[in-house]
Amino acid sequence: MKLSHPAPVPSPASASASETVTPPAQPPLVQADIDREIAGLHAAYEKARAGGAPPAHHPPRDFRPYRSSGLRHPKEPLVAVNGDPETVELHGPVFGPTDVTELDADLTRQHRGEPLGERITVTGRVLDSGGRPVRNQLVEVWQANASGRYAHQRDQHPAPLDPHFTGVGRCLTDDHGTYTFTTIKPGPYPWRNHLNAWRPAHIHFSLFGTAFTQRLITQMYFPGDPLFPYDPILASVTDTAARERLVATYDHGLSRPEWSLGYRWDIVLDGPSATWIEEGRS
Amino acid sequence: MSSTPPRALPPTPSQTVGPFFGYALPFTGGGDVAPPGHPDTVTLHGRVLDGAGAAVPDALLEFWQAGPDGSPSGAPGSLRRDPVTGAVLGRDGVEFTGFARVPTDADGHYTLRTLPPGGAPYLSVCVFARGLLHHLFTRAYLRDDPDDGLLSTLPAERRATLLALPEEGRHRTHRFDIRLQGEGETVFLDFA
Repeated sequence: MKLSHPAPVPSPASASASETVTPPAQPPLVQADIDREIAGLHAAYEKARAGGAPPAHHPPRDFRPYRSSGLRHPKEPLVAVNGDPETVELHGPVFGPTDVTELDADLTRQHRGEPLGERITVTGRVLDSGGRPVRNQLVEVWQANASGRYAHQRDQHPAPLDPHFTGVGRCLTDDHGTYTFTTIKPGPYPWRNHLNAWRPAHIHFSLFGTAFTQRLITQMYFPGDPLFPYDPILASVTDTAARERLVATYDHGLSRPEWSLGYRWDIVLDGPSATWIEEGRS
Repeated sequence: MSSTPPRALPPTPSQTVGPFFGYALPFTGGGDVAPPGHPDTVTLHGRVLDGAGAAVPDALLEFWQAGPDGSPSGAPGSLRRDPVTGAVLGRDGVEFTGFARVPTDADGHYTLRTLPPGGAPYLSVCVFARGLLHHLFTRAYLRDDPDDGLLSTLPAERRATLLALPEEGRHRTHRFDIRLQGEGETVFLDFA
């Protein structure tokens, strides 16, 4: 049954001065438009850095080349909350073996047959910003299949669905903070940000740290992808070094003979951790 | 400068959750934190709205809170699975895990059923959505508290965005809308 909701507050009648409203008669947005916007924002960031601004490790929420961010980023500044060790935010949800079964980390074993595509293993360590392993915490992944199609009702990209691939995995980090997944390499796919927009191949990662404030959702990319310069989502990370941290490394030592190719990708969680404060107080 | 130790490692950048997290993150009973039939159950519901006042149908909200006894340590078992089929069964109906995860529906609406937290007057909320490159934190206060360290620092109209208001005629039901941008924009938090 549908619940009745009060009507939402109507949107302001006039757009703010900083927002330009695209006239309806304009030609469709093409890659060159997006490229120009990205180049401008990256240049502005480099100039700010040269002027002494601190590095931006995370993307701004209002990255215009990624059009979906336009109406979904707050315009008020975030309100700083002082790290108080008594507050609930410095603890985090707990997950254990009841939440994750052994098979969950192998995305090639979730159906009766083998998924199509290049089988890969992806492994790495989850660390806090102090370099300490984040132990026994939940890591979740999801991805498109080898043809670049998600097993999702709303993904209408006309690439084949793979009946043997859902593209979802989970695991808990071990005592060294290590996670490992077996999967297939996802394909790139088109999206409708602008004309001829294609996303580089990527795996979505969802991570929990020891504190709720360390929560992270991100994407892992594959080295050498020719689509990197065209993608406004990857480019939203304006700092070059930070952007490079989203790209995994091919590691031949991780490749398994007659089985899979290996990629390594370490993840560092941001934000205050409970461990950090406990140590600071001891 | 703050008294925190120098950062040894730069963090991995955030990226948007995108629209296709459906099989990965939402789970059966994700919004039902209170054990079924618990007499203290509180319902929190509302909508996620964008800067034009339109529904955000592809947002994901996570809630984290202390238990009714004030313990923030939680319990495992939010995502309990069927060992035969692998299907997510959800919680066992006994433990209070303190963690909820609710996707918005086509109308941007979500519902959470939980027990009031002990100690803190609020639930912690984390917002993910397509178009949101870095998640947002906020708090849903189930009761006003003039001495609260955060509420007391905010001007009245901004403070009001954090209050989950009791709904008349509905038993233990609170309304908490999240506005990502524009008029009535929700207060979002920075823990850095």
